[in-house]
Amino acid sequence: MRRWLMLLPLAIFLVVAVFLYRGLYLDPAELPSAMIDKPFPEFSLPAVQDGKTLTKADILGKPALVNVWGTWCISCRVEHPVLNKLAEKGVLIYGINYKDVNADALKWLVEFHNPYQLNIRDDEGTLGLNLGVYGAPETFFIDAKGIIRDKYVGVIDEQVWREKLAAKYQALVDEAKP
Amino acid sequence: MKRWIAAVVLGLSMAGVAHAAIDTYEFAKEGDRERFRELTKELRCPKCQNQDIADSNAPIAADLRKEIFRMLGEGKDNQQIIDFMVDRYGDFVRYKPALNAKTALLWFGPAGLLLGGLVIIAVIVRRRRVQRAETPDALSLDERERLDHLLDKNQE
Repeated sequence: MRRWLMLLPLAIFLVVAVFLYRGLYLDPAELPSAMIDKPFPEFSLPAVQDGKTLTKADILGKPALVNVWGTWCISCRVEHPVLNKLAEKGVLIYGINYKDVNADALKWLVEFHNPYQLNIRDDEGTLGLNLGVYGAPETFFIDAKGIIRDKYVGVIDEQVWREKLAAKYQALVDEAKP
Repeated sequence: MKRWIAAVVLGLSMAGVAHAAIDTYEFAKEGDRERFRELTKELRCPKCQNQDIADSNAPIAADLRKEIFRMLGEGKDNQQIIDFMVDRYGDFVRYKPALNAKTALLWFGPAGLLLGGLVIIAVIVRRRRVQRAETPDALSLDERERLDHLLDKNQE
């Protein structure tokens, strides 16, 4: 009994050390999304390109990525070429142009190529608010029924896509197959 | 000394000034202003995580303040507004988290640790008492003899 008690401080130290070690690799800026497994919020907003009204019905039917971006967002620029490549590979990407100037957005899409199937114009950030967006870029994974299945905050680069996200997207695609 | 007091007073008065982002909202009811202040103090900015949304200059905080203002205008109560935020940003946005299975440890952990500590102290104290009762202060005959011997030696 006595000897066992002597080991107690060591045991406590080890437990604390494990937690602290894990803490080294956690990003405190990353919030668990409250939106996962909830339906994508309803919206009725104009499209960036032609001003046509878009609603939730327009993004249903197939699993897709919904990417929140803006021309003011420097990391979005870093992410953009990766999205272009993904779109080329056949990944379905919808865009939400979040709190942006539309003319700038149009220029960006011409200059840097447009990977988005369609682009929702969210000038006021209302859709962003309903999605719990707190900084661009953010990318939501929705399934064919429009349920948000996952969310990635930050720049999607090739490595992140390969190691973390590709499998998630593939799972949604496989699930949608009859 | 006087200088010190002056410095402290100045410092404190400046702390008040540095605080709070400035918005101009016209409230329909005077009570709403108070509620707005309360809510923006209790909700945490998702972007700059150690500031409440009253305090933060991040665009998202401004959006959330606007949203709270709008909902106050619609006559929503505090709980509805907080639920709205939690639905979107998770329990994280509350500085005073709701009591549920996920946050139970947070709420009761400190009290639990304190209780645990008290129990440990109580056990140790009791054990010592029992030990002391079991080992009488009086020396055995043998020990007394040795003690006398030692003392005598010293006197010599």
